[in-house]
Amino acid sequence: MSLTVGVLSIQGDVQENLVSSKSAIDELGIDGKVIDVRTPEEISQLDGLIIPGGESTTIGQLSLVNGSLKVLKEKIQNGMPVLGICAGMIMLSNTANDRIVGKTDQPLLDIFDIKLERNSFGRQKKSFESDVSLDSIDIPKFNGVFIRAPSVSDVGSDVEILSKFNDRIVAIKKGNVLGIAFHPELTEDISIHKYFINLVNNSKN
Amino acid sequence: MLPLSGERKDAKGIVSDKINSIDTLRGSSTVKRGFAHMLKNGVVMDVTNVKQAQIAEEAGAVSVMVLDKLPSEVRKSGGVARTASIRIIEEIMDSVTIPVMAKCRIGHVNEALVLQETDVDMIDESEVLTPADELHHIWKWDFTTPVVNGARSLAEALRRIEEGASMIRTKGEPGTGNVAEAIKHIKNVNDELRTIKSIYDSGDNQDLVRMAREFKVSYDIVEQTAKLGRLPVVNFAAGGIATPADAAYLMSLGCDGIFVGSGIFNSDDAKERARAIVLATTFWNESDKVKEAQKMIDERQSMLGLDVNTLELRMQDRGGSA
Repeated sequence: MSLTVGVLSIQGDVQENLVSSKSAIDELGIDGKVIDVRTPEEISQLDGLIIPGGESTTIGQLSLVNGSLKVLKEKIQNGMPVLGICAGMIMLSNTANDRIVGKTDQPLLDIFDIKLERNSFGRQKKSFESDVSLDSIDIPKFNGVFIRAPSVSDVGSDVEILSKFNDRIVAIKKGNVLGIAFHPELTEDISIHKYFINLVNNSKN
Repeated sequence: MLPLSGERKDAKGIVSDKINSIDTLRGSSTVKRGFAHMLKNGVVMDVTNVKQAQIAEEAGAVSVMVLDKLPSEVRKSGGVARTASIRIIEEIMDSVTIPVMAKCRIGHVNEALVLQETDVDMIDESEVLTPADELHHIWKWDFTTPVVNGARSLAEALRRIEEGASMIRTKGEPGTGNVAEAIKHIKNVNDELRTIKSIYDSGDNQDLVRMAREFKVSYDIVEQTAKLGRLPVVNFAAGGIATPADAAYLMSLGCDGIFVGSGIFNSDDAKERARAIVLATTFWNESDKVKEAQKMIDERQSMLGLDVNTLELRMQDRGGSA
C-alpha cells in the first residue's frame, strides 16, 4: 500500500523536509508520496509526519488555533510515526525551559517524558555545524547543523537516547517517535530521513 | 531546496573552534542562511521595548526587531537615526524566547560589530536608519551573526547577497502604512527572476553575462539564481505592511514571510493586530481564515497611511545605488 508522509506546514522549513523526504522515498524505492499538511483533515490521513524546524512557540500556538494539535496528539498516541526536528522536538516534549527565560508557557504535545532546554547552546552566533553519531540506528557519522538548538539533559525510562553531543542529548526515540535537535533537512545527507521513512513503512505494513 | 552554500574561503565570519573536545564550525553559510530558513512563513515584528516584545511573542511572532523608534516615528522626528540602545536590546533578549534582531546603519561596520558582540540573532543593515556610508554596504562575510538587507530589485538583492547577506527583504517604504512600494519591489524582483530564468533555459550564456553587467554582480551568482528561478536566500516582505490582508497578499506574491514595522505598535489595537497579522501570514492561502483575521482588526484603529508620492524622505532610495 502506498505511503503518505506529511510535513506539518504551519511555519518553518517545510520545503526542505519535503525535498529530503521525497529523495528518501525515491532512494528506498518505496511507493509513497510526501505532502505538506496543515488542517486536521489532512493530518488524519497520514501514515507518518515530520514536524519541521521553526519557532516552537509559533508552530504550537497556530496548530492549537486550527485544531491540528489535538488530532496530531491522538494520531501519535495511536502509533503514527513522527519525526520532530528542533522546534518539532520541543513540540513533542512534556515541558520546555528556555536557557535564559526559564519555563515557557507554550502548547506542547506531551509525548516525550524528558527534561528539555530551549536555545541550549546559546543564541545564533553560537549556532554551529559538527559531526554527530547515531550508532544505534546505524548512522555512525552525520553533519549536524545546530541552529539555536535545544538539548535534553534527562530522559524518562521509555525514551531511548540515539545521540549525545558531549554530555547533552541531541537525538531521542520513543517507539515510533523521533526527536532530533539538529537539522538533517539542511544537509544533502538523507540518511536520517531514510531511517524515518523506513520506520513509517514498517509501521504501516 | 535553496542552496545553503555560497561560501567564500576568505570569509572571516567563519569560526572553527571546539565545544569541549569536539570540532565545530560557526558562521558558515549553512548556519547563517539556515537560521533564516527557520523564520519562513513567519512574522518578524518591530518593537521598541520589553512590553511590545512580549506582546509580539504571545501573538506568535517568529522574531522581534529592536529599534529605538518605530519607522513612522523616525520619519516624523527627523535627525539622524542610529542603532537602538544596547541596554534595551539586552533587556528584550532576556525576556523573550524567540530570536531578537536589531538594525544598524547602512555601511556602519562598527555598529554591526557592536550588535554582533551584543549577541543579537540577526542584524538588519537597514535603510530605516540614516546611512553611514553612501558608497559601501557592510562586507557581511566577515560576520558570524547573519545579516539581512533590503532590496527593491533583483540587482540590489544580488549585490547584497554577494556581500554576504544571509537573507533579503523588500524595502517597501517604511513607516508609511502604505504597502504599495513593497508590492512594487517584490513584483520587480519576480519579473527580473522570470527574465533571467528564461534566458538560462534558452542556454544563451552571453545574455546572462549582459544581465550580470547590468546588475553589477558576478556571472556566477546570476547563473545560480537563474537556474533556481528564485533568490538563493530566504526573501521576506517589508515596508508599509499594516493589515492582515496586506500580509496575505505579499505571501501570495511568493514572499517567504513578513516584517511588520510601524503597522502594529502604531495602531490602537496592537495586540489583536499582531495576532491577526500572524494568522493571515500562516493561513494566507485560506481566504476564510484571512477574512477572520481581518475581522479582528478595526480599520478606524489602523495607523494613518501616507501617500508615497508626496514624501519628503524616501528611505528606500538609501543605499540603493551602491
